[in-house]
Amino acid sequence: MRRTGTPGHDLPAVAVHGLGKQYGGRAILDGVDLEIGRGETYALLGPNGAGKSTTIEILEGFRTSGAGTVEVLGHDPAKAGRAWRSRIGIVPQTTAEFGPYTPQELLAHHRRFAPNPRGVDEVLDLVGLTAQARIRAPKLSGGQQRRLDVALGIIGGPELVFLDEPTTGFDPEARRQFWSMLEGLTATGTTILLTTHYLDEAERLADRVGVLSGGRIVAEAPPAELGGIEQRTPIVRWREDGRVLERRTERPGELIARLVAAADGEPDGLEVIRPSLEDVYLGLIGAFRTGDAEEAEDAEDPAGSAAPIGTASQEAGA
Amino acid sequence: MSAIAIGFARIGFELRGYFRRPDTVFFTFLFPLLMLGIFGAAFSSLGEVGAKPDGTGGVSMAAYYLPGLVAAGVFLSGVQNLAIDIAQEKHDGTLKRLGGTALPPASYFIGKIGLTLVTAILQAALTIAFGVAVFGIALPSDPGAWATFAWLFLLGIATMSLLGIALSALPRSGRSATAVVLPIVLVLQFISGVYLQFTMLPGWLQSIAGIFPLKWLAQGMRAVFLPEHFASAEPSGAWDLGLVALALGAWLAVGLAATLITFRWTKRS
Repeated sequence: MRRTGTPGHDLPAVAVHGLGKQYGGRAILDGVDLEIGRGETYALLGPNGAGKSTTIEILEGFRTSGAGTVEVLGHDPAKAGRAWRSRIGIVPQTTAEFGPYTPQELLAHHRRFAPNPRGVDEVLDLVGLTAQARIRAPKLSGGQQRRLDVALGIIGGPELVFLDEPTTGFDPEARRQFWSMLEGLTATGTTILLTTHYLDEAERLADRVGVLSGGRIVAEAPPAELGGIEQRTPIVRWREDGRVLERRTERPGELIARLVAAADGEPDGLEVIRPSLEDVYLGLIGAFRTGDAEEAEDAEDPAGSAAPIGTASQEAGA
Repeated sequence: MSAIAIGFARIGFELRGYFRRPDTVFFTFLFPLLMLGIFGAAFSSLGEVGAKPDGTGGVSMAAYYLPGLVAAGVFLSGVQNLAIDIAQEKHDGTLKRLGGTALPPASYFIGKIGLTLVTAILQAALTIAFGVAVFGIALPSDPGAWATFAWLFLLGIATMSLLGIALSALPRSGRSATAVVLPIVLVLQFISGVYLQFTMLPGWLQSIAGIFPLKWLAQGMRAVFLPEHFASAEPSGAWDLGLVALALGAWLAVGLAATLITFRWTKRS
């Protein structure tokens, strides 16, 4: 309702081209290209120090960019004003102090800052803090405080929400509750840019994931297709003459039947591995962290399935 | 909402938080009242001070301390409270969160200065009422004295608030905020005629105190609350209200400039 008639509605929510940033002569970001559509949930993955938070803080207008162009909701964040601020929501990586206020009081106060805020009760319900509405924030549990962070990030009715590692430190149940909450947010049409270390989280929530490594986006795809379809091809692994062998095949059953026939019995150490997003991700950042430029080229190339990608093949080689 | 309307909403929000923090209530809000109680009781046996040669016109020690402590209240509410409060907000992420919202910076400052104004008025009223009720201090009956009080008080709040905001840039961490601010605040109170009679101090210390605004605010408050003939006990033999206004005005400008130069929602890089 509040999102109809916004100028530039058909433009991407985030458009970044050739973004660079240096600290002390070292390039943290080195040509990041990133485009996020309206209503999309995009997960930015990458190891610690890859520049995820730097990227997000540049998009939030908290840091200046060193090179390239950055547009968030059609504006340069470094120069955008109050009206733009009211259209974005920020959930920072570390929870700030809330002061001696209740969630109800904080939300009622923060909603005054924006022209088209959400309702306090609606947001409390969305983040699951209705029962804690009148408890002072310092007395809430860590997970509840994190949900309050999210509540404060969305109370202004933003079109785009930045979530920087929102579920770090959560127990598995709290994480699943949090995911349901974010899905509720997505259902209202909000664009989300998420960073996370949890691959299952990215898989569950994101329409697309991007892997940031070495200051660039090295792979970008829907979670099920990251690294190329080939990377999800099952791997059959077995032992023969004391060596570990493995082969990628779309028809593992057929291969195993041949192995059984050849071995005239049960093959040694037989495994069928279906690479998960995590395997593909670790393969990608492994190739970029330890490898030279050529390896990097291979990993980006979907046809390069012969390259040593995935933990499975790394283990096999060890 | 306009920046001013949000600013007024912030005053209410800040006040609620202020009175929910026992340490600020004790060390800032009630401190002058407690000191008045302690000094008034401790020195009550001294009887009256500052009597004229004919034996009239003396005041109790409690009455003598009242103006300095009213000035100290404005100083504590402005400089001490805001410097510590904002330094902590800067380092605990509160300012960064606010900086990420559509809150106009002007509204934030309206909130802080409004907080100082309201708490300082309540504090002064409470301290004065305590002095009258417990120590029988006689208040000035001359409307002119109260007019002087009004402009001194408001100018004092404005100056001390801005100096507090400027000083909040000094602490390197939220935890060190109290350790950095308290000694400055305490030393200035001792050398500015709040706890010790100003003319008792050696000349060089008086000169140092004369650089800072608290000495002038305390002197102005003495002009309001003490009988006229006490002016002869001032270093220059007069209240020098013109100089008081000038000194406070100059520090107001310093505080404003320092605030505009140093204040950031968050470190930009």
